[in-house]
Amino acid sequence: MTQALRAEELTSQPGSVVRSAPSHGAQRNKRGRRLGPAPRIPYTLAIGPALLLALWALSSWAGWLDARVLSKPWIVAVTTHDLLAAGRLQAHLVTSAQRAFLGLSLGISVGTLLALFSGLTRIGEVLMDGPVQIKRAIPTLALIPLLILWFGIGEPMKVLTIALSAMIPVYMHTHAGLRAIDTRYVELAETVHLTRWEFVRKVALPGALPGFLMGVRFAVTAAWLSLVVVEQINATSGVGYMMSLARSYGQTEVILVGLVVYGLFGLVTDTSVRLLERRALTWRRTLSS
Amino acid sequence: MASHALELTRTPSTAVRVHGLVREHGSRRVLDNVDLEIQAGEFVALLGQSGSGKSTLLRAIAELDYEVRGSGELHASKNRSVVFQDARLLPWARVIDNVILGVRSPGARALGEAALAEVGLAGRERAWPIELSGGEQQRVALARSLVRAPDLLLADEPFGALDFLTRLRMHELLRELCERHRPAVLLVTHDVDEAIQLADRVLVLVAGRIAVDQQITLPTPRSHRDRQFLEYRELLLGSLGVFPAEARARSIESSQPQRNQP
Repeated sequence: MTQALRAEELTSQPGSVVRSAPSHGAQRNKRGRRLGPAPRIPYTLAIGPALLLALWALSSWAGWLDARVLSKPWIVAVTTHDLLAAGRLQAHLVTSAQRAFLGLSLGISVGTLLALFSGLTRIGEVLMDGPVQIKRAIPTLALIPLLILWFGIGEPMKVLTIALSAMIPVYMHTHAGLRAIDTRYVELAETVHLTRWEFVRKVALPGALPGFLMGVRFAVTAAWLSLVVVEQINATSGVGYMMSLARSYGQTEVILVGLVVYGLFGLVTDTSVRLLERRALTWRRTLSS
Repeated sequence: MASHALELTRTPSTAVRVHGLVREHGSRRVLDNVDLEIQAGEFVALLGQSGSGKSTLLRAIAELDYEVRGSGELHASKNRSVVFQDARLLPWARVIDNVILGVRSPGARALGEAALAEVGLAGRERAWPIELSGGEQQRVALARSLVRAPDLLLADEPFGALDFLTRLRMHELLRELCERHRPAVLLVTHDVDEAIQLADRVLVLVAGRIAVDQQITLPTPRSHRDRQFLEYRELLLGSLGVFPAEARARSIESSQPQRNQP
């Protein structure tokens, strides 16, 4: 008896909750689904990057990596510190974040409005769906020459490019979400005599919300991509400008700082959209939760 | 429209009046000159094999049959609600919001809570539909119908997707609710026992026509072992194309399982 107890103490991890476990069911639940994904490993997202970082540090320290190819990680850290101390990094960062935020907001708003217009009315579908599909077929970045001719090389061109590329995924997924609403719910709405507006508010919009949020996630990715491109052509400020300047001077460590900043931008926005998704879609139970 | 209102005021005790109703899917005549009257407060069960047109008739009365060709006279109480085979709850709305969907009166919330309490789901107002069992979801659907205080309840195989035990409990609940609120009911089902158990009157639809119109005069609570219950069942099964002798043989077989052969 005491031996069995000790064995259990040994196998159970410190900090993990060990129930007195008379009920087999409570323990079995921990195992999770047989055909679903296995239980989560803590810090799943952090382990891979940490290993890569360790590998990078090791190869720099051992001298396997030429500093012109990839700077030493501690040099990058020092450079980051210097750039922050001089206030240059913050200035570039604010400019870039502003462009991205403006472009993204504009793109998401316009994309949503167009999707609602074309998803909820036949007239809207006739007027909007074709043009948007054509726009989708043309890569936004290919429009840059035209946008430069129209708006010059200033901020409006940059914000518009980002907005145009963010608009498409929001439109596509929101529109698909609206179209995919089950006709059974439409029938239900009719039997309880919902007005058109009530139907839009209580059935169509919440039904299309998962699609909209997925569109926003794609839009965020698209916006960062466009930001990188517009900041490397004809820019005089922003993280991308800082990086292309560093390229001309051969400062690999500054380029790396820029990459880390872009990465953090992407990570923060994606996480916030995912949090938003979790808050807004609590009614769904999926395999990933 | 005016004559319709006039007729309804002349006979206020009629919840449904159908005359010469024809409905066609493609070239197939699904309903063939159906005449039907349902009085206020009357519980009518509609039996039929699959494809006999019983859902078509219900959907016609519910005015859900767009793009179906047809003709005939149809008057049904405007204050009606429908219960579908699937509970058809909006997954993104909490239980209470599903119940009061489309109810615009100021005390809607309180009404919804009362209706939920009536179907035995008090305290589950804030739950999401996905958190409920199939039987509970169907009870929410019943509450959603109740809260509108309908004169006419149209139910299209509402218990078809439920397991046997849950179905028995739902029968009990539905009969209680109907006795309390007295709507006229049209219950479409393929379960003969369910029909006899619940209804005042059972109709059998065969090839788009009402072949049997049988009043059920059994005291409640109704027992499957009642002699008259068995007679009704034999009659109804017969009209559905199941031969009475065969039915009897089958019921004896099922009541004496696993007897060894001599």
